[in-house]
Amino acid sequence: MNYGVVSQEQLEKIDEILSEQLIKIGVDCVIIIDMAGNIITAKDNGASRYDVYSFAALAAGNFATVDAMAKLVGEQEFSLLFHKGTDCNIHFSKVDDELLLITMFGKHISLGFLRLNVVKALEQIRKLWTGK
Amino acid sequence: MSFINLREKIVQVKVVYYGPGRGGKTSNLEYINRKFSKQIQSEMVSLKTHGDRTLFFDFLPFDMGKIKGYELKIQLYTVPGQVKYNATRKLVLKGVDGIVFVADAQEAMREKNIRSLNQLHENLKEYKESIFKIPLVMQYNKVDLRDQGIPILPTSVLEQDLNSKLKVPYFEASALTGHNVPETLKKIISLTVVSVQKKLL
Ligand SMILES: Nc1nc2c(ncn2[C@@H]2O[C@H](COP(=O)(O)OP(=O)(O)O)[C@@H](O)[C@H]2O)c(=O)[nH]1
Ligand SMILES: [Mg+2]
Repeated sequence: MNYGVVSQEQLEKIDEILSEQLIKIGVDCVIIIDMAGNIITAKDNGASRYDVYSFAALAAGNFATVDAMAKLVGEQEFSLLFHKGTDCNIHFSKVDDELLLITMFGKHISLGFLRLNVVKALEQIRKLWTGK
Repeated sequence: MSFINLREKIVQVKVVYYGPGRGGKTSNLEYINRKFSKQIQSEMVSLKTHGDRTLFFDFLPFDMGKIKGYELKIQLYTVPGQVKYNATRKLVLKGVDGIVFVADAQEAMREKNIRSLNQLHENLKEYKESIFKIPLVMQYNKVDLRDQGIPILPTSVLEQDLNSKLKVPYFEASALTGHNVPETLKKIISLTVVSVQKKLL
């Protein structure tokens, strides 16, 4: 993949993976952003409406901050980045050095189950990249 | 690094307002936010301290409308200016496509402007970017203070200090009155769009 431009075909495949692995199990919203805060793609369950552009800017800043803190204490990275609320939870994971996958989900999904599905989605997305 | 979504035909471009603390970066965005409300669909995000100083960044998404069939979204950021925040300043520069350097034209700020510009140069190098190549506009801010008898550096001195090697477009401005704030924005957007087109299309 030529980072910076994603082909229509690639985006459609990624959206399919996100729908299949995450929206289908009841995730509210899933976004892929780059580390600069740009949105690559965003999918939601149709019911939730977030201001995804502001969200992406804040999420990239948040991830970068935590990553810098990890380096300060001598960690390669913190592998779990998760914010828990009453009605909404946010889970971050790295797709690769440039991209982040962020999922927002409610209380009816357990973190364990979510992570399992995130891992599956990530595997498929990475395959899509390297398959080219 | 800008991002182009070919399916939805959206181009996202990142522009960062950089410069010494209290130079007027946040004020630039606040003016734009007030003046161009039609082009701004969401609220300005400001991460600041209780003392109203920028802690991490301000963020303002600015819709330019369609250019050659592509919807152009300019993501405006400011960095925190205080010296101690260089770590976060660097994070905001990640993936930057264009920069406005907001200098404080007050005589008392002369050294701080130069130091901030030098640090920008260093910070960009860490991302393998060059201050000589990236789209850049100089803004000499707070010239309105001249009318209040506050010593303001002549533009020729600011040019000598900050822009003698870079030779980029510059504006005298006042983020308070809005003088040349839109002109600065338009200039950096057009430089950045041209450079993104060259890189990606
Ligand atoms: N007189 C005058 N004051 C300004 C101007 N721009 C900013 N200020 C003031 O300078 C202070 C710092 O501005 P701010 O935008 O927060 O600076 P930042 O640290 O670069 O984000 C505030 O009190 C502003 O009101 C200007 O053009 N003229
Ligand atoms: Mg500020």
